[in-house]
Amino acid sequence: MDESIYLDEARDPLIIAEGWMKDGKDVAIATVVETWGSAPRPVGSHLVIDAEGNFHGSVSGGCVEGAVVTEAIDVIGSGKARMLEFGVADETAWQVGLSCGGRIKVYVERLG
Amino acid sequence: MDPYILKTLNEERRARRAAVLVTDLGDGRDRIVREGDHVAGDLGAAIANAFRTGNSRSVEAEGRTFFLNAHLPRPRLVVIGAVHISQALAPMARIAGYPVEIIDPRTAFATPERFPDVALHAEWPEDVLKRAPLDSYTALAAVTHDPKIDDFALKAALDARCFYVGALGSRKTHAKRVERLLALGAGADQIARIHAPIGLDIGAASPAEIAVAVLAQTIHAFRSRGLEAKGAVA
Repeated sequence: MDESIYLDEARDPLIIAEGWMKDGKDVAIATVVETWGSAPRPVGSHLVIDAEGNFHGSVSGGCVEGAVVTEAIDVIGSGKARMLEFGVADETAWQVGLSCGGRIKVYVERLG
Repeated sequence: MDPYILKTLNEERRARRAAVLVTDLGDGRDRIVREGDHVAGDLGAAIANAFRTGNSRSVEAEGRTFFLNAHLPRPRLVVIGAVHISQALAPMARIAGYPVEIIDPRTAFATPERFPDVALHAEWPEDVLKRAPLDSYTALAAVTHDPKIDDFALKAALDARCFYVGALGSRKTHAKRVERLLALGAGADQIARIHAPIGLDIGAASPAEIAVAVLAQTIHAFRSRGLEAKGAVA
């Protein structure tokens, strides 16, 4: 159990995104906005991604991060936000592996 | 997300102040709402709920879909007094999600043997609170029975607007404490926020049962934050 009452600056995705921004990097922020069933990460969780595909944080505990990173690089390029949905009902999502049985909706937007 | 919004949000989070990030999922526009900011209508009610529960969620309001991301500081419980009650309270509170710090300058009481796995300070509250100040996401329970140790911390908790302030002692003891706090410059309305005798009235008869009563009262205070203020505005 994480006992600290202060932010973990080295691991907090939103702090890292701000640092990347200050370094002049292009950044996308992915946020879990809805979950159904046994989703591994709660609503509000973040994954932050830079244009090279570096990422921090988690939206699914590892199941769909790869797919989110790919989409995020597109979003950085286009500047247009996207809503992604992953779940067992979706064949592609099954391939990328949300095998825990849950479904999640992830909002991906560019920073700035 | 607007870079300025991200910077502001991180400032709030670093300072242990609550904020809700509101994102319009239709056009991507976002804004920060701080605790106490007035937002009208269904959206305002949903934001108030996010502050109270700490739960993030999507809501439909004004014909649009908004995502509310609640960023609440982690609540914590500071206990003045390394006594029997605290020995029971520390593990219970931690399980309930409230990390505990215990402060007691009496080195015979504040020993790691009596308090394994607890953040323990064998120092005066004056010194510890200077380093790690109290805030509105901190609860304070004063249980030493000793005015020299409890009073300063109680006054500091009232000034920092701790979401819960409790003090051990009978009504008679508390009446004397009220006089001392008034002399220290506390206002009568501030002093009225102190829960004394401490703990929900469950007929607690042992230190462990008093700890349950204190923890329950702390949780109640945390989950009803802001309700009084809202009633006053309406």
